[in-house]
Amino acid sequence: MLLLTCPCCGVTAEETEFANGGEAHLKRFGPGSTDAEYEAYMFARKNPRGVHFERWRHAFGCGKWFLMARDTMTLEVYGAYPAQTIEPPAEIQARIKSRRPEWEGYK
Amino acid sequence: MKRCASIQAGSAFLGLAPTKPHYDVIIVGAGGHGLATAYYWAKNFGITNVAIIEKGWLGGGNTGRNTTIIRSNYLQDRRPRSMKGALALRETLSRTLNYNVMFSPRGVMMLAQTEHEVRGYKRTAYANALQGVETRWIGPAEVKRLVPIMNIEGPRYPVLGALWQARGGTARHDAVVRGYARACSQMGMHVIQNCEVTAGVESVGGVVSAVNTTKGTIGCGKLGIVVAGHSGHLANMAGFRLPVRSVALQAMVSEPIKPAIDCVVMANTVHGYLSQSDKGEMVIGGGADHFNNYTQRGSWMHIEETVRALVETFPMLSRLKMLRQWGGIVDMTGDRSPIISKTPLGNTFINCGWGTGGFKSIPGSGWAMAELVAKGEPGSLARDFSMFRFREGRFIDESVAAGVAH
Repeated sequence: MLLLTCPCCGVTAEETEFANGGEAHLKRFGPGSTDAEYEAYMFARKNPRGVHFERWRHAFGCGKWFLMARDTMTLEVYGAYPAQTIEPPAEIQARIKSRRPEWEGYK
Repeated sequence: MKRCASIQAGSAFLGLAPTKPHYDVIIVGAGGHGLATAYYWAKNFGITNVAIIEKGWLGGGNTGRNTTIIRSNYLQDRRPRSMKGALALRETLSRTLNYNVMFSPRGVMMLAQTEHEVRGYKRTAYANALQGVETRWIGPAEVKRLVPIMNIEGPRYPVLGALWQARGGTARHDAVVRGYARACSQMGMHVIQNCEVTAGVESVGGVVSAVNTTKGTIGCGKLGIVVAGHSGHLANMAGFRLPVRSVALQAMVSEPIKPAIDCVVMANTVHGYLSQSDKGEMVIGGGADHFNNYTQRGSWMHIEETVRALVETFPMLSRLKMLRQWGGIVDMTGDRSPIISKTPLGNTFINCGWGTGGFKSIPGSGWAMAELVAKGEPGSLARDFSMFRFREGRFIDESVAAGVAH
């Protein structure tokens, strides 16, 4: 059972209170884009073994979306941050780097 | 014990090191699908200069972690074409492999517990009749007659009927993987365990040339990636991405009890399925986790959810102790149908995306993948399952058809 903390309301709760929304920081491609770009946006996923940036919603709490860095091999949570963020915050990236020195970086 | 010893003695066929610097074909992943692919190469195409490399031990991945259910009652036409073949192959598998896979066609029952499911399964029964798959809709009285331990009254989700496939059932999952492995080995292929692809896939001019493993670099003419939940990881090494998410799916078994249920029951609305093993354990499976996960153990919430659902449907389970619980990593595609496909890297092929329903499809999947890799182009079985179908909008939408991931 994951124990997650919502960065919007500060509540720490079990995963049953949250809903996972898949990979975060996807760049949206819409009309005018190539088929390959649209396919990559819609379907192709990193699905990494290790550090994963993902969207979550505090569905049975404050209802807000937020983003989170989590490890899919250890289930360690590196930190949560607001949904209105283009890139993972520097301090979260630094924390990941200190925990997993072999991590190749956000890109 | 004697029997166990003889199975162990049969393990001499499992090599632990690659003995050649180069193979015509390398398959990554010696699970059911990978071994079946190799087997049908030899049988159908005469290709035997093959290595099947496995990062763990034989049957230690999803092949040894599933709930052994075999069925072919799918709605979409393209899916039963491969499944029905799989079921037919499965019925003769023990004889073909000369290895008892303990196929037990005890019947599979998919419960309808909402009006929507009633409609859906009646539709599936008609679709199956057109496809030539034997299933039929049965009412609650017949459900109760077939499975007396079931409480069909509800109250929350009364049993309104079921889709019944008498030819479905279970098979011994370890036996399937060992049977294929032995057959492959006897035909001169190398099954190499503890050999993980670590440092990536090498290519020359956009065509695969070698894989770097924990046991050194092994050259190959063609590469087949058949690694289920780890497909995304391998694809990243080969330089492309897949429309796949890896999540944990778990199962558990109870203490052994006297025979109480002689078919497989799947309850998709409440997310639980049940059968009884030959040892008497109740084999229980449930829903998959919702977040990306490679830990091979599932979330407690799903155990709770599954057990809660099953206790309501089978009240006699409430006093049973659970003996073991485990998880496997399943690769879910967007449309819940598999991928048997060429990839952006030349001479590299992938078979993945079987999600929570891989075990039942092992023979059919191997057959289709073997044809794809041998000829370089998909045959009639694999044609619809290209990884590029997402770009082209040609989904094979089974998630809607069954109302459940599978």
